[in-house]
Formats: sequence, C-alpha cells, structure tokens
Amino acid sequence: MKNFTADLHIHTVLSPCGDLDMSPDIILSQAMAKKLDLIGITDHNSTRQCQVIRRMGAELGICVLAGAEVTTREEIHCLVFFDSDESLDRFQLFLDERLPAQKNDPDKFGYQVIVDSQNNVKGMEERLLINALDASLEEVEQEVHLLGGIFIPAHIDKPRFSILSQLGFIPSDLAVDALEISPLTTQENWLALHPEQRQYCFISSSDAHFPDQIGRRVTRFTLLEPSFCEIRKAFKKEEGRNVLIMN
Amino acid sequence: MKISELADRLGLILYGGSSGIDKDAEGGYCSDLLSDVMGHAHANQVWITVQTHKNVIAVASLKELAAVIIVQGLEPAPEVIVQSEAENIPLLGTSESAFEIAGKIYSILK
Repeated sequence: MKNFTADLHIHTVLSPCGDLDMSPDIILSQAMAKKLDLIGITDHNSTRQCQVIRRMGAELGICVLAGAEVTTREEIHCLVFFDSDESLDRFQLFLDERLPAQKNDPDKFGYQVIVDSQNNVKGMEERLLINALDASLEEVEQEVHLLGGIFIPAHIDKPRFSILSQLGFIPSDLAVDALEISPLTTQENWLALHPEQRQYCFISSSDAHFPDQIGRRVTRFTLLEPSFCEIRKAFKKEEGRNVLIMN
Repeated sequence: MKISELADRLGLILYGGSSGIDKDAEGGYCSDLLSDVMGHAHANQVWITVQTHKNVIAVASLKELAAVIIVQGLEPAPEVIVQSEAENIPLLGTSESAFEIAGKIYSILK
C-alpha cells in the first residue's frame, strides 16, 4: 500500500463559473506542480470535458476520476464519478434528459466551453449548467450506482447547495460512498458539531474554479495503486486501504 | 382554525396524515430550505413549500408543525405519503403558487 494525494473536486472551462484559464493543460500542470496523484473533474451537470483530461492525465501519470458535480431537484450538489467512458456517456444521456431547456446567458453566468487537448474550442453547452436537474437526490443516487459509479454529496458544511442546507439532515437510507467537506472546516471540527455522521467516510477537496485553487485542500488515499476501483475500496476501508483529509 | 376547515376553504388536496387534520393552525411559514425551517418555523404553523423530499415530514414532525402544503401542483412520492401517515402530519397540496396560497392563508388567519 502507498499513499496518494487527491483533489477530487475541480471545475473546468465548461462550468460557467469556472475560469477560462481552467483548460485541460493548465489543470494538469497545476496538478503536477501540487504533486497530486489523483484529480477529479467535476463540472456542473456535464461530463463533456472530463474524458480528454483523463486521457491527457494518463500520459502524465495523473489518475483522473471523470464525473460531474450534479445539482439535484432539491438543489443539492453531489459529486459523481464513473469508471469507463461508456458509463460516463450513459450518465451524460441522463443529464441531457433531466437538465431544463433554460439557455445560458454567458454575460451573466459565464461561458460554457468544451475544448480539446490543444485548447481548440470544440463546442459550447447551450443550456444553463448551474440549473437543477429534474431528478431527486434519490433518483440521481440510484442512476449513479446503477452505472457502477461513485456518489458523494458535496461540501456538506456549506450553507448553500448542500444536503444539510437543503434537507436539514442526511436521510439515513441514502447510499452515499462518502461525504465531502469544504476547505472551510476540518473533519475534527465538523464531527464535533455532527457526531451522528461518524459512521461516514469523509473527503475534502478544493472545489477549484481557478488554477491557483487546485490542491488548496487534499485528501490522502492509502491504496495499492491510484485507480477508480481502489478509491471505491478505500471508501469502505477494505483490506488496509484508508482515506484521510489533509488540513 | 382547524386544518380540516382551512383545507376545505382553500380546496386543498389531502395526500396523507388525515389523523392530524383536527389540529389548529397558528400561522404559517414559507421556505424550501429544510435547514431554515428547522431554525425558524414554530410549532403549529402551516409550512408552505415546493420541496417534496421525505425529509419534509421528518422536519415537520420535529418542529411539531400543524401541516405541510406542497404548492405548484407538485405531488409527493408514495413513501412521503406513508411517512405523513406515520407521523400524523397532514400533507396537503395545491396547484397555486406559494405566494398565492400564503396570501390566502394569511388573510384567513390574521
């Protein structure tokens, strides 16, 4: 077993609120500079930028977890990740079906650009990605797990768009793989306020929208190798694997 | 005013929790953030919301609210209705918006 450093919540140029400098090459060079072994690409309600970053990351020795930051009907942000391009594509169909038709206004919300490895613009997402899906928290969780994915309610300590702000408490029958806390708190302080959450596995990540935010908060995984399957095992603390937030 | 009378006057749909309809409503609270309702709603108020998650019933029960009114014609899932029965919290519905139904309830209860 070895320790690997992970920042599993990073936005790209595709997120309207993501800086236009958050291109695949800059994200990966920042990840290299911050000595990250694993990164998660999580744009709002879209997986259309993460596959190219996963391929580029593989060449640089950075394991990229591909997914999205989904907004459920209750306006809860959740990180989701998938192992294969096929399951990602199938989840993208779910997103396309459930995202409202409301168009983005780039002047108000920012551009939603899809680029290739050379930063050529391949397309724009027309629909407003920061909208809420027409799908409940439970529907999203079930779809993600049906496709073999990982499901993590995001920044649960935040007063906006978090499972606690929207629903008051975590439904006891909700199948989460882990919970994410923001850089604004520590696991120790959080659990002192919420001892009822001690049974959950916690991660923390940067939620970077700008290059210099990448790696500002990381989680250390103890794994055989940096991979999707190993991370899923680590959430269950299988056979000596472990997850530890680095403050 | 009793919840049953309020429901009659406003033409509300009763989805579940009928055992609680003889409770008296003492004002109301409008919010779609359950954390906000936990912090600010008071016992015996009628809660007006677009949220249909089953945590709504748990929060209503915790705060001893008189009833929940789901607006905009949104329908609660079967497990939410089951929950409302178990907790004796009347779960009501209307096609009107929160603004409209809150206005009417305010003018009745003020």
